[in-house]
Amino acid sequence: MIPTTHYLYLSLALFTIGIVGVLTRRNVIVMLMSIELILNAVNINLVAFSRAYGAVAGQVFAIFIITDAAAEAAVGLGIILAFFRNRETVLADEMDLLKW
Amino acid sequence: MNGAGALDQVFFYFFAALAVIGIVGVVTRRNVIHSAIFLITALLATAGIFLQLQAEFLFAVQIILYVVGIMVLFIFAIMLVHQDVSLKQLRYSRQKWVAGVLGVILVAEFWFALDKGGSLFHPGAPISGGLQPNTEQVGQALFGGYMLPFEIASVLLLVAMVGAVVMAKRRI
Repeated sequence: MIPTTHYLYLSLALFTIGIVGVLTRRNVIVMLMSIELILNAVNINLVAFSRAYGAVAGQVFAIFIITDAAAEAAVGLGIILAFFRNRETVLADEMDLLKW
Repeated sequence: MNGAGALDQVFFYFFAALAVIGIVGVVTRRNVIHSAIFLITALLATAGIFLQLQAEFLFAVQIILYVVGIMVLFIFAIMLVHQDVSLKQLRYSRQKWVAGVLGVILVAEFWFALDKGGSLFHPGAPISGGLQPNTEQVGQALFGGYMLPFEIASVLLLVAMVGAVVMAKRRI
């Protein structure tokens, strides 16, 4: 039987690498992908605890988080497309104008 | 029982390694399409971990929604955005060392907390059978006690759909 902490360590690894990805990459699409991975790490935690405590609520909330991730991806990519159409860039450090 | 436990461990560590390799690839690849492929690998590995945790419904949801739905959206967005320019530019922004140090601090912090308090998370042995039948239990919870959040999630999806259409539209 794998202890619950091993799932937490895995989730910690995914979460941290995702955070570093968000903070370091310049490309906004890769930043969005890293955010998806952070949400994924949270899902692993929720399902592992759901298994450990024998409660189904963790899996239900994992489904809600997946729903949020889908909504976030749709809106985020829409914003990126609109921005690219206007400024011809997807790099975060060149997005420095509120109005042009 | 012992053989089944060993197989369980093999599955878990295989999928965990695959997930970590996938996410490292997402963060380090220069080409965004390669990042997307690594992201698919990581998401599929996570689906495997859900299966190993006996959450079959979530396994199916993960593959159908994440790997198929969201990744198709990502790859469409990548293809609509010109790649050849960004390939020649720097991958990382200037604060990468600060971010690296912050990541190390975060790992140390969580590692300490898990090392010291990990036993608190584990009140007893996990139930052996898992939550079976999984899909029925999740469905009863979703349409029973979690009916209101479920409906709010559907409204959220509607709002996100309208928002995405408005954002991507050329002229409003």
